[in-house]
Amino acid sequence: MHLLIDPWPWYIGGPAIAAVLLLLLLAEKSFGMSSNLRTLCTMAGAGKKTPFFNFDWRKQRWNLVVALGAATGGFLATNYMSADEGVKIHQDVVVQLNDLGISDAGKNFMPEALFNVEVLSNPKTLFLLALGGFLIGFGTRYAGGCTSGHAISGLSNLQLPSLIAVIGFFIGGLLMNHFILPFLL
Amino acid sequence: MKKLALYFGIGVFFGITMIKSEAASWFRIYEMFQFKSFHMYGIIGSAVTLGILIIQSIKRFKIRSFFGEEIHVPSKDKLIKAPLFGGVIFGLGWALTGACPGPIYVLIGAGYFPLLVVLGFAVLGTYCYGVLKPKLPQ
Repeated sequence: MHLLIDPWPWYIGGPAIAAVLLLLLLAEKSFGMSSNLRTLCTMAGAGKKTPFFNFDWRKQRWNLVVALGAATGGFLATNYMSADEGVKIHQDVVVQLNDLGISDAGKNFMPEALFNVEVLSNPKTLFLLALGGFLIGFGTRYAGGCTSGHAISGLSNLQLPSLIAVIGFFIGGLLMNHFILPFLL
Repeated sequence: MKKLALYFGIGVFFGITMIKSEAASWFRIYEMFQFKSFHMYGIIGSAVTLGILIIQSIKRFKIRSFFGEEIHVPSKDKLIKAPLFGGVIFGLGWALTGACPGPIYVLIGAGYFPLLVVLGFAVLGTYCYGVLKPKLPQ
């Protein structure tokens, strides 16, 4: 196995995420990526009318820098640290996705039907991406965190609200995956 | 400036981890909700197990930060309805786009530009929550 080029197994990926949590705690910050969405609202001036956004966004600048770093890391890993973009998912899932019209399952990192630049001129796909984004933004802030803030930081700190949130993530995720997505794709 | 470089570096490591572990892949999230692979459960499970050890060690041994200060681990607000309802709404979006807020930035950097649409509407969704917050059960 070559760590630089090959995909990482779960037992490297999981500890690497724990390392991110540790590094941020040692830097006196907490791991939570959805907070940036609120900061962006405040930067756009949402604090003038809505108290929820009335805070000094400069105090959250560090988290925007983490997000900028994350984008840079995504660029580096995709362009210089990947030999084969195909994600080796379970064969049953490949067959199932092929039936749903996702023909590149097992061959790409992301399905072209949803994330190829050409979808920007496809109203139906644009609507799905917009809907998904809206649910993510609304839901994470309502829940008080996302996968990083609740599932990783919160569960690691044995927070009951985080366990409730993660159960919620799976209720919503399973509903979408099993009962809604088959009709949307 | 030094601190900002540190945060940037942590972000880069996080971004590389999201791509290399495939946790940012729509296919892995789909597979996870189909319970067809241990991969995502292994990632989240091992991260949380180590996370518990890390946070308990910080509290017990009073480990100091890089800057010599006491480390404060924030608690979440003691709510039930908000994390449940909000969690379900987020879960719907997570399974649809395959992305949580962290991977959205990572994937845009990786060149999957349609995620800019997801990001834009995520900001709009957060804004709508902020406006409606006083009217929602918490």
